[in-house]
Amino acid sequence: MALRLVFLGRLADAAGTPEREVAPAATLAEVLAALEPALAEALAAGNVRIAVNGTLVADRAALILADGDELAFLPPVSGG
Amino acid sequence: MARDVRLLDRMFNPGQFVGPFTHAHPGLGGVCTFVGEVRGDSGVEALELSHYAPLTLPGMEALADRALARFDLMGILVIHRVGLMVPGEPIVLVSAAARHRRDAIQAVDFTMDHLKSDSWFWKREKVGGQWCWVEPRADDYSDLARWG
Repeated sequence: MALRLVFLGRLADAAGTPEREVAPAATLAEVLAALEPALAEALAAGNVRIAVNGTLVADRAALILADGDELAFLPPVSGG
Repeated sequence: MARDVRLLDRMFNPGQFVGPFTHAHPGLGGVCTFVGEVRGDSGVEALELSHYAPLTLPGMEALADRALARFDLMGILVIHRVGLMVPGEPIVLVSAAARHRRDAIQAVDFTMDHLKSDSWFWKREKVGGQWCWVEPRADDYSDLARWG
């Protein structure tokens, strides 16, 4: 099993792909620590929202991840 | 048919949706429709809109519900494109049917301001053969502030 990371907008460019599977991790900090430093920094920005399995996360530090979760990283929207 | 909200991934003809929407509300006082198209200025060759399925359509549906709750409407139609578009193509359609014109007009204005500023869309433009992401505009936030 794994976690699925989804990168929206310019974060897909930063990751070089719109989606990536990574090894299971319990916290966001663990997920970020396993990524390239430049990508981890882009994802950790305060204006990047996070959704887990389609639900927005209010407190990212309190996030506990489970195997198979989909984590979406959402940069500021550019409007419709 | 009080609420019709759709995401489309290919070109659409606004009239094809507005006609049936209008006919579905006999006895209405007025219909207000806004159609936004991809602008052809600034050398933009193409526009690509991406979305995140678990959030984008539910967010648009919640917005349509807020418009229905806030204004005295008979129905609201919200259609938004995703994918690749070229200048002149319709990108968004909002239509509101009401007994009185002001509710219809304001509901469309309200919905457009919120679609432009706080819907889950990411946009990139191709200019001179190069793609670049469109960042949020300050105007979009000030437009939103009009609605309290």
